Amino acid sequence: MEFTVQQLGQGTAVVRGEGRLNMVSAGELRETVASTVAGGSARIVVDLAAVDFIDSSGLGALVNGLKTARQAGGDLRISAPNEQVKLVLQLTNMERVLSSYPTAESAYAND
Amino acid sequence: MGRGGHPSPVPVVSRILVLRLVVVVVVVLGLNYIAWRWFFSLNWQAWWIAVPLVMAETYSLVDVSLFGLTLWRSQPRVAPKAAPVGTTVDVFITTYDEPIDLVMITARHARDIRYPHQTWLLDDGARPELAAAAAELGVGYIKRGADWANRPLHAKAGNLNNALMSTSGELLLILDADQVPKPEILDRTLGYFDDELVALVQTPQLFGNVPTGDPLGSQAPLFYGPIQQGKDGWNAAFFCGSNALLRREALMQLGITGYVAEVEGEVDAALRGAHRVIKRALRTVPKSNEMMHAALADVAQAVDTAKASLASGESLSRVTYALQRRVAEASRAMVAVDVHLLAQDLRAIEEMHGGGGDPDFMMNIDATVETLASRDLSPLGAVESVQTLLRSIDVDRSGEAQPLMPLATISVTEDMATSMRLHGLGWKSVYHHELLAVGLAPEDLGTMLKQRLRWAQGTMQVLIRENPLLQRGMSLAQRLMYFSTMWSYLSGFAAIIYFAAPIIFLCFGVLPVNTTALQFFLRFLPFMVANQLMFAIAGRGVSTWRGQQYSLALFPVWIEATTSAIANVFFGRPLTFIVTPKVRGAYRPQWRLITPQIIVSVALVLATVIGITRLLMGVGEPIGTAVNLGWAAFDLVVLSVLVPAVRYRGFDNKQEE
Repeated sequence: MEFTVQQLGQGTAVVRGEGRLNMVSAGELRETVASTVAGGSARIVVDLAAVDFIDSSGLGALVNGLKTARQAGGDLRISAPNEQVKLVLQLTNMERVLSSYPTAESAYAND
Repeated sequence: MGRGGHPSPVPVVSRILVLRLVVVVVVVLGLNYIAWRWFFSLNWQAWWIAVPLVMAETYSLVDVSLFGLTLWRSQPRVAPKAAPVGTTVDVFITTYDEPIDLVMITARHARDIRYPHQTWLLDDGARPELAAAAAELGVGYIKRGADWANRPLHAKAGNLNNALMSTSGELLLILDADQVPKPEILDRTLGYFDDELVALVQTPQLFGNVPTGDPLGSQAPLFYGPIQQGKDGWNAAFFCGSNALLRREALMQLGITGYVAEVEGEVDAALRGAHRVIKRALRTVPKSNEMMHAALADVAQAVDTAKASLASGESLSRVTYALQRRVAEASRAMVAVDVHLLAQDLRAIEEMHGGGGDPDFMMNIDATVETLASRDLSPLGAVESVQTLLRSIDVDRSGEAQPLMPLATISVTEDMATSMRLHGLGWKSVYHHELLAVGLAPEDLGTMLKQRLRWAQGTMQVLIRENPLLQRGMSLAQRLMYFSTMWSYLSGFAAIIYFAAPIIFLCFGVLPVNTTALQFFLRFLPFMVANQLMFAIAGRGVSTWRGQQYSLALFPVWIEATTSAIANVFFGRPLTFIVTPKVRGAYRPQWRLITPQIIVSVALVLATVIGITRLLMGVGEPIGTAVNLGWAAFDLVVLSVLVPAVRYRGFDNKQEE
């Protein structure tokens, strides 16, 4: 899976992927987040609008990204998850940690 | 060892029926015996030995009953489907300090496994020579990264968790550095994963360097056979650390749910204790430091806000982010005031020297404020307890090298703890009874004892930290299967009583059992005979006697394991993780390793002499003396297993051929 990064200014960046966020693409997401944070944008939104499937490795990459962003004084948020993603977040209790926003743009609207 | 699906000579159905019948007979006779012991034959005059003895016997009956429950469903599995095409597999070889040559033999065989896969050496020793050898052989090499520095390493579990993050195969084959796999290992086992709920396939661990007679009791034919097959029948086959396949998705799911639980627990505990910490901090800050008092009050308020938003169902990342931001804001405000004052002083000094206010000389106030307000330099950090508190109110698990720890780190036997959690999440496990990897066993008593101690300590840690009987998510039978193994490690305490009782009778004539010989034999012998029959049928022609001997003879190891695990879990004393050396040292019989057993043996022999003397002098009671002489002799036979073990000089290939 290819990830694209869009800068929103104020140290905020949107990471977008398409298709399946699974054990194959998890490593790429982790690296994309790490390099974006290292590049100065510690406020990350992972936009899941075009992600149609996520597994535990995909969630693992989100958690790793959250740690990377937090340690740089930022945050990692997710936006626009589909039903399957929401279900996985619920089943693994991850929704207690990560809350999702309707759109990437709204993720940091109040911060 | 038969291949998974081959029919055994005796029809399987009739064998299991006979076995079940014997199990029922054993349990019924055992209950009959133990009820009689508790209610009709306890010698209360000698309660100090009578009660411990009947408790030890009760312990043994529970042990035997749990074994019976295991055997209830102990059957070979039907061979799995052929391995599907296209499954991605990572083969992990874990190593720490084993000789490079030995690791490379395993690595070469792992590379040559027939089914397409990727082989990785997981080197916790971070040895450049091994990295070079891996590159030459064409296998991957993984060591711990910088994140692990100054953080808990979690031994083998940590090694595997580290590798999980940088690989991507759907399945993982775990091999110890000395377990040489056969080329067909994946072809024979991958088919089980056709069932999407199967998370684990464990195959036996057998050792190639064990002579006939197996002096150190290395082979575990009862465990890697009827016991694992029985556990498998209850969907509770254990992960045993090596020669096993695991499903990445299941492990990652464990990692995720574990992460959520850890973070929730940490944040919750920190928020609950926050006011206490802040109050204590306030007392240490002088009243004159108004700014610090104000900042701490601000932190206290932020904590209250965080508690309220968590209670209203807000997510942990939002709550902790808001809190961290607010704390950062408070720090920044404090620093800003300080820095502005400093800047003013500098300007005053400048002017006194008649300078023109060189802009380069002036400090960049904003940048300085940012730097000084950062987490590590913040004035709030001066109050260390508050700093620690604030750190733990976050979702990054900063105390660990990585937020996800899929393999359990609560015990030095990460394998058992991990499979228990997998079962708790509803995953299935399989025991595949076919020899697919050959390992190396310890070749001297000291190493063997250290290894047994580590297994027992780890098992006890799991029992104390995550008692299977209290785990939700597992069926009752699954819980009992885990509990059964843990229970059997408590045998050291019972053993002491079994050694002490005949000594006490033969020396002092104190009989813990108040009965006639006939009554005793009528109840005891049928149980004992049925019990040995059950072991014989379960063993399928393989002798289980050595295992029974070792479970009593190694009593000091089991006791030390229990006490040190308790000291570790409740009082934080360290349990050293001992990696067993695989090379032979110079031979010297280490009798001191079994000092307690030697003392017990000498006491038994002396007691025998005293008992006979008492009998000849007409003081001893004849039947009681006869029974206890037999008992003492049995104890000595049990302990005798250690003599060849101490004298064992290591494996000699030529002698075997």
